[in-house]
Amino acid sequence: MSARPENRSWSGRAIVLAPYLWLVVFFLAPFVIVFKISLSQTALAQPPYLPLFDFAAGWEGFKLFVAQLSADSFRLLSSDALYLFSYLKSLEVAAVSTAILLAVGYPIAYGMARAPRAWQPLLVMAVVLPFWTSFLIRVYAWINILQRDGLLNDVLMRLHLVDAPAVWLSSDTAIYIGVVYSYLPFMVLPLYAVLEKMDESLLEAAADLGCPRWKAFWLVTVPLSLPGVAAGALLCFIPIVGEFVIPDLLGGSETLMIGQTLWTEFFSNRDWPVASAIAVSLLGLLLVPILFYERLQQRSLEGGRR
Amino acid sequence: MKRGVSAFNVVAVALGLAFLYLPIVILVIFSFNGSRLVTIWGGWSLAWYRELLRDDAVLQAAWISLCVAALSATGATVLGTLAAIALTRLGRFRGRLLFSSMVYAPLVMPEVITGLSLLLLFVAINVDRGFWTIVIGHTTLTMCFVTVIVQSRLFSFDRSLEEAAMDLGCPPFRTFLTITLPLIAPAIAAGWMLAFSLSLDDLVIASFTTGPGATTLPIRIYSEARLGVKPEINALCTIMIAIVAVITVVSSLMVKRGAARRERATLGAQV
Repeated sequence: MSARPENRSWSGRAIVLAPYLWLVVFFLAPFVIVFKISLSQTALAQPPYLPLFDFAAGWEGFKLFVAQLSADSFRLLSSDALYLFSYLKSLEVAAVSTAILLAVGYPIAYGMARAPRAWQPLLVMAVVLPFWTSFLIRVYAWINILQRDGLLNDVLMRLHLVDAPAVWLSSDTAIYIGVVYSYLPFMVLPLYAVLEKMDESLLEAAADLGCPRWKAFWLVTVPLSLPGVAAGALLCFIPIVGEFVIPDLLGGSETLMIGQTLWTEFFSNRDWPVASAIAVSLLGLLLVPILFYERLQQRSLEGGRR
Repeated sequence: MKRGVSAFNVVAVALGLAFLYLPIVILVIFSFNGSRLVTIWGGWSLAWYRELLRDDAVLQAAWISLCVAALSATGATVLGTLAAIALTRLGRFRGRLLFSSMVYAPLVMPEVITGLSLLLLFVAINVDRGFWTIVIGHTTLTMCFVTVIVQSRLFSFDRSLEEAAMDLGCPPFRTFLTITLPLIAPAIAAGWMLAFSLSLDDLVIASFTTGPGATTLPIRIYSEARLGVKPEINALCTIMIAIVAVITVVSSLMVKRGAARRERATLGAQV
């Protein structure tokens, strides 16, 4: 894209400056602080960590400050199985639910892309609408259904499928239901976007050459939809790893997901350095998928330009 | 070969939509249930809505949430639109890579991380937490959504309209005001509404950045929901769903009308 000379002027700089500064101050700088506090130690003080950086002491103060930093929080994270299990649980939930989402979302997106043209905007809106409705409300809605004297048990007992009320809430099953339910639009929309753009004549060519429909689907449709699969999978996987609301309201208390552990360390135990260390290591874990997602996002946006 | 709609396609879409809407429909129906128990139908009743209107704490939280959402959506729309213009129209500039990474990262960043880091920033610079810190947090969270919406509109519309204006001697800033802004206005409006509803919904960042006296609606709902289902909360959720549904329908109509107008404008330019 050719840069206009006039955009190089002060007006161009002014346009970038406001959002740039905002993001540096309220998005980037906070991470630096999190990193710093993850190397601090808990203290019974306000704020509850040490050392504090003393600007007035200048260079000597800085050296003293660096000398006091410690990796204790990270040592605790790697030595206590609680945290390790928490990470593994998060990764497991994210991986399994992304797989379920793909299996559930693909047929829906495919059906939408094959629907009559006139219907498609309506279908897209039908899928988007729940996404605009509160996340919290949609998770809460499942409590109505899954609780012990809830609707699901009521229906199952009336159909004589179970004799006694089964336990649905506070289980991994409930977490999976909640996650798949909440993230379904994030999976369906990117898939729909690629499937809808697909050139139909490719499938016609395959059919003309005697390729059966299911085989054409595997050989033509699926490979062409891979960018959508990658976008949908990343858009779901990354936030699910750090999910807090769903496991907290629907899940059990035996194994916590990492987002819950961070929350507990911060709000209940008031251990800010450990909470920060969890955040830093979670970010480290997700950095590669996040960067990958950003490249994908950039490319898809710029692919749309004419 | 004309590919028809197979039964499988219809079933997949129908089941998918049923799965998406059934829990919400159940929630709405039970907000009108006269009985306190979910499994017992006590007849239609507005009792829980009346109870809700008497609950001052909930009304207070709702008012705070609406103010936070309006302010942060406005801030996010201004910043997000500027970011979108910078990313689409300025070509290469120093620090572009860092800028674009920062713009897209909040889209997928787990909220616990954003929330914790914002809180630690506010503590480090010694700011009293409360209403305004939530506004700042939500502005940061939602501006990237505005950027993505506005950016895709900026990429897709006909650049030759802008070029024609500038060739005829219109200064860049006036070109922006008279040509570009009207063309991207529907996307900006849609971005504002998305930012508004995301802010209205956010629990995690609000919990981290809140302070005394600034309890938002999601914080309130969350603390009630942890104790189990309450019919009043069903009623409250129904009201919020109704508000968001209206906003969504209005904004999508606006985008559609904008698209139609744009097509007419492009046609007119070609004639």
